[in-house]
Amino acid sequence: MPAPGYELSGYVAGELRTFINSPLINRQQDSNLSISTQPEFYHAWNDGRDSLLFVPFLRLDENDEERTHFDVRELTWLHASDDWELRIGLRKVFWGVTESVHLVDIINQTDLVENVDGEDKLGQPMINLALIQDWGTIDLFVLPGFRERTFPGNRGRLRSIPRVNTDRAVYESSQEDKHVDFAVRWSHTLGDWDIGVAHFYGTSRDPRFLPGLDNSGNPVLLPLYELINQTSLDLQATKGNWLWKLEAIRRSGQGVTYFSTAAGFEYTFYGILESPADLGIVAEHLFDDRGRSALTPFDDDIFVGFRLTMNDAQSTEALIGAIVDRNKSTKFYSIEASRRIGDQWKLTLETRLFEQVDRRDPLFSFRQDDFLQLELAYYF
Amino acid sequence: MLASFVGHAETPEEKGLAIAIEADKRDTGFIDQQADLVMILKNRHGDVSKRSIRTKTLEVKGDGDKGLTIFDSPRDVKGTAFLSHTHALTPDDQWLFLPALKRVKRIASANKSGPFMGSEFAYEDLTSQEVEKYTYKYLRDEKIDGRDTFVIERYPAYKHSGYTRQIAWVDKKMYQPLKLEYYDRKNSLLKTTTFKNYKQYIGRYWRAAEVFTMNHQTHKSTKLIWSNYRFKTGLTPRDFDRNSLKRAR
Repeated sequence: MPAPGYELSGYVAGELRTFINSPLINRQQDSNLSISTQPEFYHAWNDGRDSLLFVPFLRLDENDEERTHFDVRELTWLHASDDWELRIGLRKVFWGVTESVHLVDIINQTDLVENVDGEDKLGQPMINLALIQDWGTIDLFVLPGFRERTFPGNRGRLRSIPRVNTDRAVYESSQEDKHVDFAVRWSHTLGDWDIGVAHFYGTSRDPRFLPGLDNSGNPVLLPLYELINQTSLDLQATKGNWLWKLEAIRRSGQGVTYFSTAAGFEYTFYGILESPADLGIVAEHLFDDRGRSALTPFDDDIFVGFRLTMNDAQSTEALIGAIVDRNKSTKFYSIEASRRIGDQWKLTLETRLFEQVDRRDPLFSFRQDDFLQLELAYYF
Repeated sequence: MLASFVGHAETPEEKGLAIAIEADKRDTGFIDQQADLVMILKNRHGDVSKRSIRTKTLEVKGDGDKGLTIFDSPRDVKGTAFLSHTHALTPDDQWLFLPALKRVKRIASANKSGPFMGSEFAYEDLTSQEVEKYTYKYLRDEKIDGRDTFVIERYPAYKHSGYTRQIAWVDKKMYQPLKLEYYDRKNSLLKTTTFKNYKQYIGRYWRAAEVFTMNHQTHKSTKLIWSNYRFKTGLTPRDFDRNSLKRAR
């Protein structure tokens, strides 16, 4: 039984980013302040079988007008029955098992201005019917309406050079962002194994780019959204202290048909050095068979990470990782750490470093954008 | 009362097992249970932090219970939910729902001795206590707080326990523990748990309103305040699968 009545919760956060190196473009700034808020309104009735969820999001950014943005992350009615569940509205759906990249997570568009790791998503309109059986759950999706990816603007950092002009996106489908997309997924747990197999047909959430000019005649990149078919597999085996993970996709319709995989493991040492803290080791191999012509920087890379969980009253934890290209010089380092302060405050530290970036790498324009970020959030 | 084997004297091991079996029998048949929990953590300096949790439990015939734990506070972890399908001797199946990412993550469950949410309770203390999880030895009778108890020593039979042994003071009338002592892997006294304010529900099931654990080595303590116990509320296995975990509130 869910908590009764209407519920309001959420957070307000202030974020400060400091860039360690001078920017490549004059207009870009060395430091950046922004505030964000994400309240959540929830109401359930019918013994919890029906619920309504509304989650709006707003960020106001000091320097980048593209980063100042509003989105409805969720506006959903959910109806749960004995062997089916129906969800209608704007929602976020997560698929996947790996840590460094999320290859199979296709339903939602990435809100890229939020974070360069691509884990923040825009709300996606959908009708989702889940059929729940002993042999697994089948999720059917009708996705009417497409969300375009957000990209940093002129004065923003962590962006391509030239910048992406989001006003003039190009679509393969004549229905553009009104094209109705479809997805289906089967997921199941068999003993130690969790498995998911999915297929998506519709407009790719990842754009390719076309060179163009803006109204002033300056070079820009135009996002090109093409129709694709993507089949995917996600698999996790949980054996004692070991988690074995695999994500694999096959995509056609966006240039050459290609495969991409992310495979690895997570091993946890519990109670290290006779303390309550846990230390997890994560390693993943990232592969894209397009090689040099891959749109992603992770065509043949190794990710290694350490996850430290203090298991203390303040939920202190840290994740330190590196993604190293096996063929090019590029190295990407990342540190995320967080800790609760008092009962309702949380401090999060994030550092991203782009080192020895190969000039052929899609990350090349980020080579001067190493940054340190502090976020202080108040939860209500 | 206890069954005695006719024809030979009961060994302490047999008597201990018989008490455990009787306690399990008296606590079986509630079908499902829901309860609210406030967890109060205190460290040696007197700093206090609180967690609010709602729990659901489903009895499973021939196996450990299914459990769903939903966090209401601290507010930054609100909506985090933990699903477990427990088993006696094989590792439990456990999933965590992370609301910020809307991600269901299956987690390794070999670690039963780790602290639950930073408290002095380990996962193995809070999951359903099946008879097969331990071997037993009856020690003696003792009176504590004016109540008659059996004092039993029990030894975890499952791998990865954080304890070499535990000593339980089991109330003779209720067949529920009044006190539990936990001995760590070095066989030193690690912590003591006391159970207070037992109340009987639907004429049969005893539940403590307050459970207090003091860690003698770190001088940290955790108090559990249980309330709003409800039984036979019509929960089914469907309330304990990954789909219900995703929409747990």
